[in-house]
Amino acid sequence: MPVVGRIIRIAGPLVVADNMTGAKMFEMVEVGEERLIGEIIRITGDKAYIQVYESTTGLRPGEPVYGTGSPLSVELGPGLLGQIYDGIQRPLSLIRDITGSIFVKRGIKVPAIDRKKKWHFKPNTSIKPGDKLEPGDILGVVQETSLIEHRIMVPPDVHGVLEWLAPEGEYTVEDTIAVLTVPGKGKVELKMLQKWPVRKPRPVKEKLEAVEPLITGMRVIDTMFPIAKGGTAAIPGPFGSGKTVTLHSLAKWSAAKVVIYIGCGERGNEMTEALIKFPKYKDPWTGKPLLERTILIANTSNMPVAAREASIYTGVTIAEYYRDMGYDVLLVADSTSRWAEALREISGRLEEMPAEEGFPSYLASRLAEFYSRAGRAYLLGRPPRVGSVTIVGAVSPPGGDFTEPVTANTKRFIRVFWALDASLAYSRHYPAINWITSYSAYVDLVAKWWHEHIDPRWKEYRDEAYRILMREDELKEIVKLIGTEGLSEKDKLVLEVARLIREGFLQQNAFDPIDCFATPQKQWAQLMTIIDFYRLALRLVEQGIPVAKIKERLAIKLRNFVIKSRFEIPNDKVEEIYKLREELLNELNKILEEHLKGGSKT
Amino acid sequence: MSLQQATGKKLAVAREYETVSEIKGPLLIVEGVSDAAYDEIVEVELPNGEIRRGRVLETSTNYAVVQVFEGTTGIPVTGTKVRFLARTLEIKVSDEMLGRIFNALGEPIDGGPPIVSGVWRDVNGDPLNPAARNYPEDFIQTGISAIDGMNTLVRGQKLPIFSGSGLPHNMLAAQIARQATVRREGEEFAVVFAAIGIMYDEFLFFKRFFEETGALKRTAMFVTLADDPPMLRLVTPRAALTLAEHLAFDLGMHVLVILTDMTNYCEALREISAAREEVPGRQGYPGYMYSDLASIYERAGRAIGKKGSITQMPILTMPNDDITHPIPDLTGYITEGQIVLSRELWNRGIYPPINVLMSLSRLMKEGIGPGKTREDHANVSDQLYAAYARAQELRQLATIVGEESLSEVDRKYLRFAEAFEQKFLKQGFYENRSIEETLEIAWEVLSILPESELFKIKDEYIKKYHPKYRKKTQNQQKKS
Repeated sequence: MPVVGRIIRIAGPLVVADNMTGAKMFEMVEVGEERLIGEIIRITGDKAYIQVYESTTGLRPGEPVYGTGSPLSVELGPGLLGQIYDGIQRPLSLIRDITGSIFVKRGIKVPAIDRKKKWHFKPNTSIKPGDKLEPGDILGVVQETSLIEHRIMVPPDVHGVLEWLAPEGEYTVEDTIAVLTVPGKGKVELKMLQKWPVRKPRPVKEKLEAVEPLITGMRVIDTMFPIAKGGTAAIPGPFGSGKTVTLHSLAKWSAAKVVIYIGCGERGNEMTEALIKFPKYKDPWTGKPLLERTILIANTSNMPVAAREASIYTGVTIAEYYRDMGYDVLLVADSTSRWAEALREISGRLEEMPAEEGFPSYLASRLAEFYSRAGRAYLLGRPPRVGSVTIVGAVSPPGGDFTEPVTANTKRFIRVFWALDASLAYSRHYPAINWITSYSAYVDLVAKWWHEHIDPRWKEYRDEAYRILMREDELKEIVKLIGTEGLSEKDKLVLEVARLIREGFLQQNAFDPIDCFATPQKQWAQLMTIIDFYRLALRLVEQGIPVAKIKERLAIKLRNFVIKSRFEIPNDKVEEIYKLREELLNELNKILEEHLKGGSKT
Repeated sequence: MSLQQATGKKLAVAREYETVSEIKGPLLIVEGVSDAAYDEIVEVELPNGEIRRGRVLETSTNYAVVQVFEGTTGIPVTGTKVRFLARTLEIKVSDEMLGRIFNALGEPIDGGPPIVSGVWRDVNGDPLNPAARNYPEDFIQTGISAIDGMNTLVRGQKLPIFSGSGLPHNMLAAQIARQATVRREGEEFAVVFAAIGIMYDEFLFFKRFFEETGALKRTAMFVTLADDPPMLRLVTPRAALTLAEHLAFDLGMHVLVILTDMTNYCEALREISAAREEVPGRQGYPGYMYSDLASIYERAGRAIGKKGSITQMPILTMPNDDITHPIPDLTGYITEGQIVLSRELWNRGIYPPINVLMSLSRLMKEGIGPGKTREDHANVSDQLYAAYARAQELRQLATIVGEESLSEVDRKYLRFAEAFEQKFLKQGFYENRSIEETLEIAWEVLSILPESELFKIKDEYIKKYHPKYRKKTQNQQKKS
């Protein structure tokens, strides 16, 4: 029997209630006469400390607190895709339509998943009554959007003998679609609508190593600092360095099957942008509207802070649910720093002993728990399948200082670090991913994929481009002291080619219809052109031809290559890049020939 | 404490207590109160009859913590009556308020009559539903090249000015307020102006400016001065935004909100947080400052089905010109870009001294392009940024190795930077440039560079807009 307590103290989002004997840690409760949603975060004696997910203005001591007996959970089932939810999975579009207000008023209760909508359910023909079913076994499928087939699974905590399976037809999420006899429980009716507590990872059979790149269409990521399916990445950067644009690009163009985008304590307009634009953009992999594979979770900076803390868990639980169907899911969290600040605020109100910069001492463990929910895995149930959750978390370090607690702790749990750089952003080098401080632990892993699918020289060329950039960085220090004229011709060439790599490869305009997304084939053509140009030009320099001369003859051609290959040649006309490559190399060869002829004359 | 979103819930009737047990800083502890609502408004009556106001910061079954807006100076423990008013902090808003001057609580202080009609609204507002927002995309021409050309403002955006003490941020804000128009519509903005803890002479500057330009009749001013109690500074922007929301979303007006100076706001926040003995975050500012600032800055935008909009231009002075200081830092993470002023440019006599490299408008891409400004706008802007950034690097290099050891192309970059600052950036306080004029100047200064350096501009735009080709086509036209 759930408890009923009484409020004895209110301070911001923290409410203390007594008479709460029998309440459990992290139990969801309803606070006050308006029944605001809250969660128990500490229990002392008969007192429960509750973080409330809605504004507590006007709440008074003496008002009741109702226990629910269950932890904070999300609703899972067909109807999630294309929705926009707040941090505790309230559907914001529906709230707008029901209230007729542009503002989010509190105390509104709307189910996360539409109860009335009928879905066309097709039962799994390979199972029949009398079969023993295990957790994760697929009961049937529903075409949720034209992109995603929603697989209805036996919940992770249920197993038993199938008594009855619904025939093909139209069902709401609350209709029974299967009946199982569960040992010790008798007959259990299964519906398409299921629930799962947000703070508990959904189980898998076995976690696997990441092997395949998650192609994003962004050159600096795919070629320089790749992310793998099931991997973890952090993208820290000061404000204005382009975090959100990069994250939006990831959500738009990456080869994930399902994308969960969490706007956690960020700008309202950014979520609006996704909501308005995603239906217009086409998934480059399937040509379908992007919103059909996307779920947005928006707990913007001005929405209640406690729900911001929950939004991350709401998102990752939904991500795991789609992974369990056998899909590759990308979870983007913008920004984990705001989530950490929510932790700090609640911790402060609980008067806990603060660690660094006021953050609670358990910040690192919470981050670890979150990133550990990423991964590629063998999933429960039949047919046997593999799925993955890739987590990309934005970090917003105060003052762009990467030594602050959230960035420093995050670095311990991620494998890819895309460090955004203010000075690159100031010169409008986007994405402003600094190639000196960024890293990816997946380069060698994904090289195998590139070598099999694109070109066996990928790693060699990629490393060479990387070395040129490293060398440029060293040379810049020297140039600062002696100017460019004092450099050797070879080093001057390195500077020119490095500029070509920066302008023609690393930079990518997220808002240009052609440049925004480059297939691996196009990326390779661009990379190869630059490196082959470098190799041949190096031969010229070794023959004594000055870089200034090469530059004079090729300046316009190089600019053309950059402009054309980025903005004018689409992904399906990669052969034109190879033509530009030929032109560049031919011109170099001409210079070489002229030089050799001239040389033979003297 | 974060000022939370209000509810409109009915509270019980007013209750009076005479049980103040402790006074510290701006806070009163009232014993024996068992039913004070969180965020409830109170009246504090001193034994001499003086009345002050405050609100409930914390409440429990046997006490309430009350924050007094006007400060606790002169309040005794005995004989002070505290009345809990059974409502949250509300102000009366209406379009009658345009042309008038108010204190933080929305009461007229210009000697004029009280506001008669209007609706009562909670100053804290409610968060705009992200699903009910409409994305800002209407280009606002401010007539200032550095803004229109490179950091375009759009209707419904929140774009702060990051300044330093002594820099002309007030002039710039005033110029924007005077010149801002949405072309094709030509409709003037209603201006809601919140003076937060500023000096009296700054207030006079704006007041006189609005009077002289005839803008006062479409302007409402909310004023707290530097010597007013800190709590009032926290209320001022909220009261101003409550009016702005009424004008924009109830009455369909386009509103420009100027908040100056947000640094004073944050100082007040820190002062009150310290009085409450809260665990501090960076540099003593409270850990919830981000959320608190967001509850102000996020009250901007457009909404589905509403004609009006709120464009916000907060001004803040960066302590020691440090952009990594928590106040500009947290602001920049919330607002949609920033206009950064530079002391170095100002010292060199350049007005407006906008450091374009550090400035940014996140919503620019939506407001520019064919049909809005011009097709080449985005390319030109990107090229200006890239070239000016390169030129700044070369300037540093030239001071070490000397200009003569730079290559010819590099020297052209230096000439470009000079022309960019003197012709593009620099303009008069009364100079109102159209976007075409702005782009014209941009092409003029870019044409100093060799064409092969223009990595960001598509060929078709070079052929169409580059002065070199334009002169040719003009000559051809003349000949024919």
